[in-house]
Amino acid sequence: MTHWIIAPVILPALLAPFIVLAARYHIGIQRAFSVAGVLALVAIAAGLAWQTSDGTVLLYQLGDWAAPFGIVLVGDRLSTMMVLLTSVLALFVLLYAIGSGWDDRGRHFHALFQFQLMGILGAFLTGDLFNLFVFFEVLLIASYGLMIHAGGNARLRAGVQYVLFNLIGSTLFLFALGSIYAETGTLNMADLARRVTLITPEETVGIRVAAVLLLLVFAIKAALVPLHFWLPSSYAEAPAPVAALFAIMTKVGAYAIIRVYTMIFPPELEVTSGLHDIWLLPAALLSLAIGMTGVLAAKTLDRLVAFSIIGSMGMVMVAISLFTPDSIAAALYYIVHSTLAGAALFLISDLVRTGRANLELTPQPAVLGNALTAAMFFVGAIAMAGLPPLSGFLGKLLVLDAGYTSDRMVWIWVVVLGSSLVSIVGFSRAGSILFWKAHSVEPAQDDTLQRPTMLSYAAVGGLIALLAAHTVFAGKVHGYTTTMAAQLFAPEPYISVVVETEGKLSKPKTEEK
Amino acid sequence: MEFLVASAIGILTAGGLYLMLRLRTFPVILGISLLTYAVNVFLFASGRLTTAAPPILRDGISLYADPLPQALVLTAIVISFGMTAVVVMIGLGAFLGSDDDHVDDQAALDDDPAEGAS
Repeated sequence: MTHWIIAPVILPALLAPFIVLAARYHIGIQRAFSVAGVLALVAIAAGLAWQTSDGTVLLYQLGDWAAPFGIVLVGDRLSTMMVLLTSVLALFVLLYAIGSGWDDRGRHFHALFQFQLMGILGAFLTGDLFNLFVFFEVLLIASYGLMIHAGGNARLRAGVQYVLFNLIGSTLFLFALGSIYAETGTLNMADLARRVTLITPEETVGIRVAAVLLLLVFAIKAALVPLHFWLPSSYAEAPAPVAALFAIMTKVGAYAIIRVYTMIFPPELEVTSGLHDIWLLPAALLSLAIGMTGVLAAKTLDRLVAFSIIGSMGMVMVAISLFTPDSIAAALYYIVHSTLAGAALFLISDLVRTGRANLELTPQPAVLGNALTAAMFFVGAIAMAGLPPLSGFLGKLLVLDAGYTSDRMVWIWVVVLGSSLVSIVGFSRAGSILFWKAHSVEPAQDDTLQRPTMLSYAAVGGLIALLAAHTVFAGKVHGYTTTMAAQLFAPEPYISVVVETEGKLSKPKTEEK
Repeated sequence: MEFLVASAIGILTAGGLYLMLRLRTFPVILGISLLTYAVNVFLFASGRLTTAAPPILRDGISLYADPLPQALVLTAIVISFGMTAVVVMIGLGAFLGSDDDHVDDQAALDDDPAEGAS
């Protein structure tokens, strides 16, 4: 049993209190420890992804208790890839936060950042639904702190809405867990997968309610229309590096949907049939359409980016809701792309804000460092709108290809292609107003504005380089996501590793009774 | 007992939902608290209701209380308590800052120049 798989949870959990307790007055030391921790996380995540790349399922039994009784962490191809994606994203976001000075505008940024990472990574690695809830809460409570980092009235108000919405989501999650436990008597995902198939068709009322509730909860996390209302204002008001890190949080919802609805409630299961094609697909198409329309309608750049996140989540969910190995592979490819592109765009909007009085889409004097920022925005917008040559285009192509055999092919193609057009118009309008019309306005003297630092540019450039790499190595990445999807659709090895690995309590000795 | 517990959960949920749909922060927070009480009782009942039954396996006893929901409820209580405290603090900050405790965005605030980098 390897112990490395718990390191992504333990390391931030230890680092965060250390930063609070030992280094609270020294921003330099905080930065050093935070970057070192994230670098270590990247290395560990790469190691884990390497170990699971041949299809091995890593299992960690906490306290050596066997699976249905104890808590387990499980790493397969999907979860280790998400862990790697999160830690790489966190590295660039952290560099940006340091470069732009955001981390010094309030207290405890680095500690909260580490707790946030702990929650996200734990949610990806856990093999137990109740622990999924607990890690959701860890990531949420850290995100509440990060969201209102640096204060300000508008941010606090958006923070209240964000917290209230997520509290309701957490309560729904608990209702879902309670009904699942009442129906099956277990919350371990692998054990659940075996028990749900044993439920006879006459007794499915409770488990159906639980499956729908769970889907609702994950859809709130994934900001699926009509449960997306928390996202635009909270992402727009949050500090830019935080919003960039939040780009992975919507993917936690998508991950949970993929995990739970391939393993516990697979598409062929009769109990929950109709959930994906009747409910999830239309909602996903709607969020794609509404998100991209929001891009066109947004009056400020940060809201524009927030709506493009909703749109790209819609694209991910369209692919997921088809629930075929092809479509899941496409969704996973698109998840990586959309995380990187969304984060890059949030950071770019902050680059703009550094040199501009506000983010309203009206002609204003040119921002300092206009040319470089404009070039970056151009690349980011191409990626997010899904134009060739970047990975957004390839991802969209994969989704369209996966939808080709579906019986709702017309709807999928019309909405995906139509919303792409709308988003292209929206992004080009924003870009031309922000960067080109700036030259027609007389520059005003304002000494408070400054040029973004080199480190900020380097962090955004790093994300864009990753996007380019994601495009160049698209064949390899898609090949890997295809093997991932194959592993997801054949969950038996995962289940048997979790349930049958021995530990304490695994063999009750009957003769003692 | 089942009827009492079920109706308690139902009444708490209904009250919580009603309050949650109000416009101002304070009733909404109260509503969420009621809803978390309801979910705690619900979780507690998810291990079936038993009285005076031991939670640990022993010889000669066939009726057991399920200890797991109790552990789950403890976790849920701690988390919901902490979350409520956080939302009260943030809500108080927002109210004191903007002198307005509406939960939704107010139209008049749209041209408030207070947003942006601080």
